[in-house]
Amino acid sequence: MLEVDVSHRLGAFELDARFTSDGRVTALFGQSGAGKTSLVNCLAGLIRPDRGRIAVDEQVLFDDRAGISVPSYRRRIGYVFQEGRLFPHLTVRQNLLYGRWFAPQVDRRAGIEPVVDLLGIRPLLDRRPSRLSGGEKQRVALGRALLADPRLLLMDEPLASLDDARKEEIFPYVERLRDETQIPIVYVSHSVPEVARLANTLVVLADGRVRASGPVGAVMSRLDLVGLIGLEETGAVLDTTVAGIDEASGLTRLRSAAGDLYVPRLDLPLSSALRVRIRARDVMIATKAPSDLSALNVLEAWVAEVGGDGVAVEIRLDCRGESLVARLTRHSVERLDLHPGRRVYAVVKAVAIDGNAPRSGGRQGEGPRETSLADAEEARP
Amino acid sequence: MLGLAPLHPDEIQAIRLSLRVATWAVIWSLPFGVLAALVLVRGRFPGKALLDTVLHLPLILPPVVTGYALLLLFGRRGVLGAFLANTFGIVFAFRWTGAALASAVMGFPLMVRAIRLAVEAVDRRLEDAAGTLGAAPRWVFLTVTLPLILPGILAGAILAFARSLGEFGATITFVSNIPGETQTLPSTIYTFTQVPGGDAGALRLSIVAVVIAALALLASEFLARRVNRRVTA
Repeated sequence: MLEVDVSHRLGAFELDARFTSDGRVTALFGQSGAGKTSLVNCLAGLIRPDRGRIAVDEQVLFDDRAGISVPSYRRRIGYVFQEGRLFPHLTVRQNLLYGRWFAPQVDRRAGIEPVVDLLGIRPLLDRRPSRLSGGEKQRVALGRALLADPRLLLMDEPLASLDDARKEEIFPYVERLRDETQIPIVYVSHSVPEVARLANTLVVLADGRVRASGPVGAVMSRLDLVGLIGLEETGAVLDTTVAGIDEASGLTRLRSAAGDLYVPRLDLPLSSALRVRIRARDVMIATKAPSDLSALNVLEAWVAEVGGDGVAVEIRLDCRGESLVARLTRHSVERLDLHPGRRVYAVVKAVAIDGNAPRSGGRQGEGPRETSLADAEEARP
Repeated sequence: MLGLAPLHPDEIQAIRLSLRVATWAVIWSLPFGVLAALVLVRGRFPGKALLDTVLHLPLILPPVVTGYALLLLFGRRGVLGAFLANTFGIVFAFRWTGAALASAVMGFPLMVRAIRLAVEAVDRRLEDAAGTLGAAPRWVFLTVTLPLILPGILAGAILAFARSLGEFGATITFVSNIPGETQTLPSTIYTFTQVPGGDAGALRLSIVAVVIAALALLASEFLARRVNRRVTA
């Protein structure tokens, strides 16, 4: 459980952020300059806020009124910096073990061997950081933070300084970290695919303020945040499981709360969890159950909210409790008489799988980090 | 020595004395040099500019003035000299220890300047990183800051050492020119030039001075390169 309520003035910039999260992975999302790094620096104890309170799992780390300000070296908060910040005068092994010298004996949970294997850095152990690639440096930085046995792990855009190929190299390790350790993570990012892939709780920051926070699916599909999340990226996030493979058609069936989705064959075992995104621009709306349509995925839904006042309008659909977002022209909205409560059919043109999905069988999406799988016969406009 | 005409025992004595004076001067001033560099780079306090100026004075003042100031302060009847002699039994006046003190003071600005450059170059974000890994400030200093400024410390030490070997004006003013006690290499050379027939001795010792200086420079280059290889990001 993470509770944050801080105010801090840095020159002309004012940070005034308040949120709570009990998710395993909390994403701090926002454009550059939104105050993300300042906020995590407050959590780590590298910035002392002017006012406020920070608590992790009931332990107060900062409270100006109670006069509490735990110094950073006693917070036990691991920090993976954007630029790695490995110690240049130490080998990779010494870097990894650095935090170990200071961690209380009883708290040593993570052994170096499992962490080295988890991150695949065994061949690097005797090298100096100057001899590592950017991706290798970040993996070592992850390991170093992990081995200090933190009670919370901060990651400030750990992939931002890497090119796309390197990002794809690191990301699976971040996911394994999330899945194989019990340490809660605060992940700072301005990338929607990264956030959608990792986070349980999403906190959206803009101009130093928290504009929204909550479960990632609910926040991503909020119509009032379209401007912050980006027109291209607004959409729904659905947690699915692999429910079966149809041998005849070669399609994989994903089961989600919103209904079943068919995507080109994925080589994943049955019941694997898979998070997918359905972008607003990839959803069409029909008022009658469509027939003779090439699209495979048609979900029954109810209009929940109509937003936007330009030519393009976003519509949030309620799909058995899950939210979907569709982007339509105002003209279409009026022609189809779409209003909250109306029953419609959401025609999903493409399902984006930002994660572990193998690339075989899918078309390459335009975002390099994602394998975007359009419905088999559907050509994307 | 090095195929030269054999050195006179008095000359060897002068060389050994000079090396001893320079070594002690560096060893004793080094911790203060590191401290002064840290304070000057990172400290924020009123009077910092004044401190900076005072530390640099020996670099610009005539050495004789520095030597005279030391005589006033650390002489037998000097404020500090009397105190140190009475309390700890440490006497500087007309002893080789005084020569070491004079050398240390004269070399101090050079030492501080070299270390200061290294401190300024330290990426403080690495120190923050060490803090998040659980290192308390003193451990951050010992395990991150100190190793990173080590090349600067070595450079400063060797500069100060070389400066000590050449120190003449302040030394002769403060502790005079007593053979076997305060007659260092430069003082001996000076003495040779003042007596008839001393030319050969002056030349021999000058060559020795050149050799020692060159060796010190080579050693500093070698050390700097080794440390750099270890430290460079």
